[in-house]
Amino acid sequence: METTLNLFPLGWQHYLLGGVFIGAGVALLFVFTGLVGGMSSVFSSTWSYVVQRPYFQQARYIDSRLWRLVYAAGLVLGALLWWLALGDGTPGSTSVPVWQLVAGGFLVGYGARLGNGCTSGHGICGLGSLQWPSLVAVLTFMATAFITANLVARWLP
Amino acid sequence: MNAQQMTLGRLLAVLAAGVLFGFGLALSTMVQPEVVLSFLRFTDFGLMLVMGGAVVVTLVAYKLLPRWLRQPLLGDRFHTHVAHLNRDTVVGAALFGVGWGLCGVCPGPAIAGLGTGNWSLLWALGGIALGALVQGLRAR
Repeated sequence: METTLNLFPLGWQHYLLGGVFIGAGVALLFVFTGLVGGMSSVFSSTWSYVVQRPYFQQARYIDSRLWRLVYAAGLVLGALLWWLALGDGTPGSTSVPVWQLVAGGFLVGYGARLGNGCTSGHGICGLGSLQWPSLVAVLTFMATAFITANLVARWLP
Repeated sequence: MNAQQMTLGRLLAVLAAGVLFGFGLALSTMVQPEVVLSFLRFTDFGLMLVMGGAVVVTLVAYKLLPRWLRQPLLGDRFHTHVAHLNRDTVVGAALFGVGWGLCGVCPGPAIAGLGTGNWSLLWALGGIALGALVQGLRAR
């Protein structure tokens, strides 16, 4: 009888170790600079370089826009290091259709900024500092993401 | 503002933090939308381990470092980011989830994934940037 539920068909170690690396990055940022670093803010703070509207010219974006861009550059560099050291030599790719990437991305950007956080801001930094509004945000986006992903799997090829 | 001033040392620390974060996103395969979607479709629960591992390390750091150190090694104070529970937080999170479930990409992996040469993620990155722009233009 094959009734064993396999929660991790691709193994579990790389997930846990990867998560520890992510946490170590957040911790390193905190111990050196005292900054709390979610990822979605960079998309608003970078617009402050070119959009003069008062919303984008808030101090919280102007003051953080440089380090947030450097943080984002570090993200690309870190993934590149992984690819060079442990990757299989082929570039990453995805079979998710372009329209889903663009439309999904739009909602991700709009929603994360309206809700002041994403999977890293609310999920890691918010839960990591035991903020219950972040827990509500995480449970909310997990719920709508589960529903959407399963509906898409059912309705779209 | 002196407190916000970014010295070369601080920027290097920020870069190193980003490198660890990005390495972790790639190692945990969260930069692959398919893996995220397989979690959201309940076929692989790896994302729980990624998030759990990251949250535990972050929790310990946020709790202990301000007790051990009077101030950050290269900074003036330990910041806290206060989250508020209001309509925007819930509506924003709900919309974020719909988008995440549609494409399997969230802000960190959209950026980090470029380091693995996955240029398709530029579509998601463009979408996120546009969404953030429209949110800011609509905000009061």
